[in-house]
This record gives sequence, C-alpha cells and structure tokens, in this order.
Amino acid sequence: MSTVAPPVPAPRRRRKSTKLKRRQTRLAWALLVPSLAVVAVVALYPLGKTVFQSFTDEEFLALNPVSWVGLENYKDLWNDTVFRDSIWTTLKFTVITVAFEFVLGLAIALIVNSSFKGRGVMRAVMLVPWAIPTVVAAQMWKSMLQSNGVISDAGVRLHILSEPHAWIADPSTALAAVCAVDIWKTTPFVALLLLAGLQVIPHDLYEASEVDGAKPLQQFWKITLPLLWPAIFVTLIFRTLDALRVFDVFYVFFGNRLGTQSMAIYAQSTIVGDGYVGYGAAISMAIFVVIALFVIIYLTFQRVAMR
Amino acid sequence: MKIRIVVLATAALLVAVALSMNVASAGTAGSSAKASSATSAAKAYPAPKVPNAAALKKQYGGESITFIGDSVGGSHARDLALAKQFTKDTGIKVKVVPHPAASDASYSQLARVFSSKSSSFDVAMIDVVWPGAFAPYLVDLKPKLGKEAKQHAQGIIQNDTIDGKLVAMPWFGDFGILYYRTDLLRKYGYKSPPKTWNQLFAMAKKIQDGEQASNDNFNGFVFQGNSYEGLTCDALEWYESAGAGGFIDNGKVTINNPKGARILDQFRAQIGNITPRDVTTYQEGEAHTAFVEGNAAFMRNWPYAYSIGQDPKSSKIVGKFSVTVLPHASGKSVGTVGGWQLAVNKYSKHVDASIEFVRYMTSAPVQKFNAITNTNVPTIPAVARDRAVVKANPYLKPEIANVMRVTRPARDLKTHYNEGSKVIYQGINQILNGRPASSVLPSIQSKLNRILR
Repeated sequence: MSTVAPPVPAPRRRRKSTKLKRRQTRLAWALLVPSLAVVAVVALYPLGKTVFQSFTDEEFLALNPVSWVGLENYKDLWNDTVFRDSIWTTLKFTVITVAFEFVLGLAIALIVNSSFKGRGVMRAVMLVPWAIPTVVAAQMWKSMLQSNGVISDAGVRLHILSEPHAWIADPSTALAAVCAVDIWKTTPFVALLLLAGLQVIPHDLYEASEVDGAKPLQQFWKITLPLLWPAIFVTLIFRTLDALRVFDVFYVFFGNRLGTQSMAIYAQSTIVGDGYVGYGAAISMAIFVVIALFVIIYLTFQRVAMR
Repeated sequence: MKIRIVVLATAALLVAVALSMNVASAGTAGSSAKASSATSAAKAYPAPKVPNAAALKKQYGGESITFIGDSVGGSHARDLALAKQFTKDTGIKVKVVPHPAASDASYSQLARVFSSKSSSFDVAMIDVVWPGAFAPYLVDLKPKLGKEAKQHAQGIIQNDTIDGKLVAMPWFGDFGILYYRTDLLRKYGYKSPPKTWNQLFAMAKKIQDGEQASNDNFNGFVFQGNSYEGLTCDALEWYESAGAGGFIDNGKVTINNPKGARILDQFRAQIGNITPRDVTTYQEGEAHTAFVEGNAAFMRNWPYAYSIGQDPKSSKIVGKFSVTVLPHASGKSVGTVGGWQLAVNKYSKHVDASIEFVRYMTSAPVQKFNAITNTNVPTIPAVARDRAVVKANPYLKPEIANVMRVTRPARDLKTHYNEGSKVIYQGINQILNGRPASSVLPSIQSKLNRILR
C-alpha cells in the first residue's frame, strides 16, 4: 500500500514572505548597481587593464602594434636586480618609519590626552608638519640636508659632527635622511588617530582601577593598550600601506638615482621615463602582490590577537 | 571647551597654510627676481617685430596656440617677451608653458602626450637628441620653412631631418664650456685657465684652501653630477677629452674601457674634496647658483649661465669671471652638443599658425635677441658672427666656438635614447657617489648592449 503523500501546500504566509524577500533583494541590487558601476569604472577597469597590459609588450612611441608576450615580463621581473633593490629599500623604509611613527605618535597621543594647561593649543600645533604639502616639505628638508645646510651647520656648531655632511648625496645616510623627513611629517597624523582611540576609553575604568590600587604602568598595559588596540590596528595598517607606496619624498630627494628607488619610483620611471608600459604594468602587479601580502599578514595577526 | 578646540584647530591650520605659503613664495621670490632681471635686459633690447604681420593677422588672428617652452635661468621671461610681441603683431594668442627643468623629465612628458595623440600643445622645444624618437609625431616643416632652414648651420639641419622630413627647426645651440673666476686666478698667481683636468684639480684645490679661510661654503669646482640627463653630457666630455670614446662608437658599446675607468675614478676622487659632496645631486641650477654667489672657482655649464653671472641683480661676481674651453686629459678639449629645436605637434589643431610662430622664433632677428638678452648660442652662423652678439657672448670667439663638439649616442639608441642615457647617468652617478668605476662599468656595458640588441 503505497500512498504517495500529496504535496503539502506551503502555507500562504511563508510564500508571501519569500516574495517580499525577493522583492527586497531586488531593491537592494537596484540600489547597489550605481555604486557597483562606479567601482567597476574607477577600480576594476584600470586594474583589469593593468593585468592585461602586463602580458603585452606595450611601449610609448613604439611603431609596431602591441603584441601578447605571455609571462615574458614576469620572467624578466624575477631576474630584475634593480626591482629587487627597490623592494628592499621600500621595506626598510616602511619598517623604520612605521616603527618610529607608532612609538612617537603613541607617546605624543598619551601626553596630549592627559589634561594640562594649553592642551588645546598643543593638539592644534602638533598638526603643522602634517598640513604642509609633502613635496614642499621635502624640498625644504632637501636644502636643509645639503652639506652647507642648517643641519650640518648646527651639528658642527654643537660639536656633534666633526665636519659638514651631505646627508642626501652620501648613500650611507640617504635612507636615514628620507626616513627622518617622513617621520617628522607623519608622526602627528599617527598621534591624531591614536588620540581619537584614546578618547573613547571610558574614564571610569581608570577610576575603578585606581580604587583597586593599580599603578599607572599597570593601567597602561591592562586598560589603555587592550582598549586602544582597534585604533592601533587601523593606524598601523594605514601607515604601512602608505609607506609601501611612497613616492613623493623619494622623487624630490633622489630622482632617478640607483640604490635609493622605492617600488613606486621604479614603476613610474619604467612606464613614464622609459616608456615600457607592459613591463611597468608587471611591476605594478608585483607591487600589488607585496602590498596584499602585508594586508594578509595584518589581518591574520588581528584575528589571532582578537581571539 | 569644544568650541575652544575648534577655534584653536582653525588657528593652527591657518598657521600651517601661512607657513607653506611662505615656503612657496620663497620659491617664487627667487624666480621672479631672475625673471625681472631678464625683463630689464629685454627693455634695453626690445623683442623684434614680426615681419609680414598684417597678412598673418588676417589669416590666423584670433587662433590660440600652446607653446611648451624653456624654464632654466631667465629663459621663461625671454619666451614670454617673444610670445607677447608675436601676439601683439599677429593676433595669434600664445600660451607659454615652461617644461620640466630636467630634460629627461621633459622627454617623458612629450612622449606621453604623443602616445595619446593629444593636441594639448602645438609647439614644443625639443632637445637635439630627440628628433629621431619623435619624428613620426611631428609636422614636416620643409614645405613652409625649407628656405629659412638653409640659413642655419647645416649640421643641425641634418640632425633635425629624419627620412627626408624636416621635423624641427634649430632654435638655439649649446655646448659645454668652462667658467672660471679671473679675480681668484690672479689672486693665487695663475696667468691662464687650466688646460688639463689635472691642472684644474690642482688649481681648484689651492684656491679652495685659501678661500675657505673666509668662506666656509667655498668650493673649487662645480658641475652637473645628479643622476639625470645632464650627467650624461658632462661625462661624455670627460670621456672624449680622455680619448675614451663616446660611450657607443660605430654602433658598438665602448663605455667599459680602461681610459674611461681612469678618468671616472679621477673625478670620483675629487667629490667632496674640491667639489661640494652634494655635487652628485647638482643640476644646472644648483651649479650656477653656487658659482654666481661667489662660492666656486670653476664651473662646467652651458652658455645660458653667462647672462646670469653678468646680471648684478642675481650675481655677486659681475665682471670677475670669464669662459674658455673645457680642460682635457690625454685627448683633446671637447664640448657636448646641446641645444634646442622647435617642433610642431602632428595632432595640433592650429598647424599653420604654429608654423608661423616657429618661423618667427627661429628667425635671425630673434636669434640675435636671444643671444644678446639671454646668451643663447645662435644656430644661424651669420648671427653668431655679428659683432654685438660676440660682444655679449665671449664664448662665440673662434678659439672657443671652434672647439670639437661631441654628440650623445642618440643615433644608435633611437627611440630608446632616454633609457640608454638613464643607464649611463645612473651608473656614473653611482661611481661619483663612491663605487670604483671597474665595479660599475661592466654592468652599464651589458645593459646598453641589451638595449641595442
């Protein structure tokens, strides 16, 4: 006796809700389309075009038509010692500047967050270096760092230096010079981001811990740092990505000099200077990968730390 | 409380803006001082009138063209004065845009515009080494300016003629010369400027040692040592004057040779010794600034710097310096050929008006004006022999002007000139910054070989 159960008619109510859901989904898509279109035009299309170009031999001023060269550009890139140098230079620059900016920025943020007279003035004035356009600031520093500039002069007068030093021209101090300028310029920005994080930590936590007899250092490690972590994370990832893409200070200081090129400088001089659009696109893709690696490292670290 | 912070933040922002404006205006103050000095020279010698202006006005009046012009020293002021006169006479509006001071940056800018088939400019000044690379994008001037071209030095016309097309008209010439301080040479007992590089090094050392007692910033010798096109020009003079060839000879890369290595190592030994240590970051501007401020005994530069040195508004050494041919090592004295041409963009919407502008700018009266007000070397021999011109431009005296001129390897590198020159100047800049020539030259050699292949 096999009885086939008649199909149970779905209750009307549920079907209605599915319809509503579908309608809502449709509406959501309709609302999203404009922004997706914009993203496609301003982000996906250039990215796709760069990927495509990186497999071609496109060149400025070349008379023969562009042709597909497969992985040729990437093979050349693998053996390109200049590009390898530029990765190292950029990584050194990134690690040094982000470390200094973070430590100094945190110290400044903590100071400015405590209450003292003239705090408002302090908060405003500290932003001055950050408000000056990078190219202008770099040009200013470049003349100060010449061997007849104010830094050498002050160093000699204070008996820190035995003789004037050409900070930018000398390859052994060039990277330190460019890092110093970036640290000078960007520390206020880091301090500002961290200050914003500090200000959302409720004050009663400190009062309660004080009642429990916590010392200031204990408060810092047990309350401030853990609660500041989201702000620190955002700041570090922001600064790291910025530092990896550095262009302007290097351009003003060194131009086309070998040994002191950042990745972005090398990509620019290959595309714009030499006119190798295809190879330059491959370099850009490599930079993309390097930056993506850093993002992955940060996100993994964040997930582990949050657990 | 909150309001106070907002007020203070605004105040700080204003301070910051004021600071950056201050810096920016400090930058322009320098250039406007130079510009005004050039206009004062122009007042004494007005820009020439445009011949046949009425007919041009009728035909092209009201059109407007964009001219990518010069930026070094007083040259932008010269371009503005000439463009103003041209507009006044013909009714053709000319927008003058100065190009980047480093010529390799200027090359990239033009290459980009040409590649996108843009009409964003009509007339541009192009370096003597570029006609080969840009020829497909330039208007053939022969039909309209062929007659005028016959007046110019034929070597340059040949340089600007690619596959039978005259793609550019010579505007002014250039060659490397040695500037020296006559007063200091006398003071330290020298009767004549140095004939060889070793003499120059020795004289520079002695003068520097003496002068540094009263002036910390004084150095013996300045030149263009930055990692850019200018260093290729300077280094070519060292090479040729040492009998080390011209980097690429008869289609073969020759840059890695013992004579070349020796002269480069000799120059490396002078860095920070008789030159400022920063000379490896100097372009033309830094070099002439040091010289006209009285902070150098010798300078290698182009003729344009002569007018700056003679201008009391920008120079502390008026009447205290002279020029001569560059020294040599085991070869002969030479000067690298520089110089600029005017070319018309193939994608221009005003080709005919643009050609008329080129006709005016490269004419004999304008070349005379340029030579007298801005010490630009005329490319028309008749103008170069003019007595007033020679008086204002002492390097046009035959004993200096007849020096052997050497050319950069543009014929061999063709459309890859910029890349090849970059390989050369980057490598030589590394040597000047401390690496032995023998450790760098082989890699320059192999990179150049790869470009030529």
